[in-house]
Amino acid sequence: MNDTAEIYDQGEYNFAYLDEQTKRMIRRAILKGIAIPGYQVPFASREMPMPYGWGTGGVQVTASILGRDDCLKMIDQGSDDTTNAVSLRGFFEKTAGIRTTYETSEATVIQTRHRIPEKTLTEDQILVFQVPIPEPLRFLEPRETETRKMHALEDYGLMHVKLYEDIAKNGHIATTYAYPVKVNDRYVMDPSPTPKFDNPKIDEMAALQLYGAGREKRIYAIPPYTRVKSLDFEDYPFEVQKFDKPCGLCGAEDVYLDEVILDDRGGRMFVCSDSDFCEERRAAGHAGPMAADPAALQIGGNTQGETA
Amino acid sequence: MPVRLYLNNVGKSFTMHLQGGSVIPVVDKVEFSVNAGECAVLGGPSGAGKSSILKMIYGNYRCDQGQILVTIGDEIINVAGAEPRRILKLREDTIGYVSQFLRTIPRVSAEDVVAEPLVAQGTSEEEAVEKARSLLTRLNVPERLWTLPPATFSGGEQQRVNIARGFIAHYPILLLDEPTASLDAANRAVVVRLVQEKKEQGVAMVGILHDQDVREEIADRIIDVTGFAAEVAA
Amino acid sequence: MSLFQADEPLLQVHNVTRYYGDRVGCADVSFDLWPGEVLAIVGESGSGKTTLLNCLSTRLAPTAGAIEYRMRDGSMRNLYQLSEAERRLLMRTDWGFVHQNAADGLRMNVSAGANVGERLMAVGDRHYGNIRSTADAWLGRVEIDSDRIDDDPRSFSGGMRQRLQIARNLVTRPRLVFMDEPTGGLDVSVQARLLDLLRRLVADLGLSVVIVTHDLAVARLLSHRIMVMRHGNVIEAGLTDQVLDDPREPYSQLLVSSILQV
Repeated sequence: MNDTAEIYDQGEYNFAYLDEQTKRMIRRAILKGIAIPGYQVPFASREMPMPYGWGTGGVQVTASILGRDDCLKMIDQGSDDTTNAVSLRGFFEKTAGIRTTYETSEATVIQTRHRIPEKTLTEDQILVFQVPIPEPLRFLEPRETETRKMHALEDYGLMHVKLYEDIAKNGHIATTYAYPVKVNDRYVMDPSPTPKFDNPKIDEMAALQLYGAGREKRIYAIPPYTRVKSLDFEDYPFEVQKFDKPCGLCGAEDVYLDEVILDDRGGRMFVCSDSDFCEERRAAGHAGPMAADPAALQIGGNTQGETA
Repeated sequence: MPVRLYLNNVGKSFTMHLQGGSVIPVVDKVEFSVNAGECAVLGGPSGAGKSSILKMIYGNYRCDQGQILVTIGDEIINVAGAEPRRILKLREDTIGYVSQFLRTIPRVSAEDVVAEPLVAQGTSEEEAVEKARSLLTRLNVPERLWTLPPATFSGGEQQRVNIARGFIAHYPILLLDEPTASLDAANRAVVVRLVQEKKEQGVAMVGILHDQDVREEIADRIIDVTGFAAEVAA
Repeated sequence: MSLFQADEPLLQVHNVTRYYGDRVGCADVSFDLWPGEVLAIVGESGSGKTTLLNCLSTRLAPTAGAIEYRMRDGSMRNLYQLSEAERRLLMRTDWGFVHQNAADGLRMNVSAGANVGERLMAVGDRHYGNIRSTADAWLGRVEIDSDRIDDDPRSFSGGMRQRLQIARNLVTRPRLVFMDEPTGGLDVSVQARLLDLLRRLVADLGLSVVIVTHDLAVARLLSHRIMVMRHGNVIEAGLTDQVLDDPREPYSQLLVSSILQV
């Protein structure tokens, strides 16, 4: 237990910041969400000590499910050490005093902003998503009363209108993130702005998935081993992005890559978006085509020491 | 020949609400019948109610009293009390109306305007247009006009298009409202022949014809409408 | 095939009444609508014709009365006893609604093709190529060039928008279409083209139509039958040409005599 958590014991903070009544309320919403996979459960979202857009929904969900023995991994765009991830990890280290990690396999709760780790998750893990706009129908139907009815009546033609527009305007389904899915053959759901590359991982995932939208006050969930189908047309089936190169650092193929600009002269490389996955591979001796590049060395770095 | 049309005690007046509710009597106790293959011409001066009688038979004007009975096979229908859709059906297959004035429909060609009643009766479009062209030829409508909408035609051309439209389909009862008015001699003769052909097919006709020569040629009987003059309300 | 041979009505309206508080919207309206029949509801603004139309189309619940509709399976159903899901399915398959303002009936921020294809996708069509070719064929039927298929209706003229709205409604081959002043607010020449198009489509598809208009020329051209409304009541009804050529009621006579002769 660290200083801040101890301060709670003196009457300052509750474990993981939220008070127990709020956690109960959120847990009820989570349970309801699990019972009705893909259904958006309204909840009384609290003001959090961080701005909307920083993951207030995910933070509330995480705060409500954390126990003292949990080990938390916090990722932002696949990376453990970008601002958002660092800040939120710090938040929970301070308010809950729990263990944190960079390693996917070590974590019991993983809160993520827009990526699903490359490493297959297990039944013992929970993946918490930060969601900005939970309503997949919102861009075509601004009225909440109407979108709720559409969900209730499984009236989802509109989703395909959006995909139709994509094909009509781009020749293919150009939606590359927040790609709508149908959960358990019933509710259409927005898997948060994760790249559609990750959609297949959502399907039949062993880990429990919880989605929290703080500003929009919605929680939804996908229980383990639930069928999740990405919407598509018969003649334009769902496809994930393909990268024509492996990761420049670790040489991994069939993973999601980020483009990294190396210098002012057009130098660039593609590296694993999942930084933990990349490091683990490099530690195991895998090397990509640019692993020896001095610039790349700087990007890849050696973060082993920081995880301690 | 069997009776096709029978008007029994038909009366009609107009109430002009915009003119203080004044009642204008038109006709009263109209009674006559027309047999198949017969052409009865309504006689009498303008304003005697000839046109109103024709319009009542067509269901265009309502009757205040009496019956207008139409025989179709074994069935007798009272136009005066028929449902709107029954009247529309009668107009489609039983009662035709040839008037002087064409109500033009935008963007429909002359030959299609003529062919339409036949198509409505179930004739194929091709066959109907074929027949329309032959009628337009008989009525001396120049071929270059056939595919154009008649809205821009001269009055005489429009009238002949309308006559062709009125005569193209077979109706057991045909109403003729001054079909020859202002036609030249050649076209008048064509209309007379068309009427003769309808007679031979057993069509019962009621007409208004001011043209003395035409009347003498086609009328089997003159019905003097002045006999049905309504009493002017006191 | 004659349109007047069907032996069962499509829509039966029994004593439909709608109050707005103490004020009467429409009162005690009853009629039958038959397959293939076009009924015009005429009257001046505030006469209750739009209230009636909205009651008929389940957009506004009547205060009293019943409306029955013959479903595609032949059964007669009370519209206000349908479940919401049934009602919605009906509205987007077997029915159409053409609004006076096309923007109310279109999605202005998606392409013309998607506007037409939406109903198909809503009933489960999942083949992009088929949806697109069907949409293209319908754009052709309403005289919109194929090369506009990917344009938003925002870039369309008023007349084109209205034609697009019609295509969007007809793509599922509805049997009953409600129209609220479909030619209102359009230039005269644009109006004529739209009317002609409507007339043809209605005849070709054998549609039943309830059309609200204050324009008697529109009623004359499109409808078989007319109901004249005033102060929420139907004051005169009958064959279109009968009511227009031989109007009986004082108000009908006033309406007819108010038409400008050209």
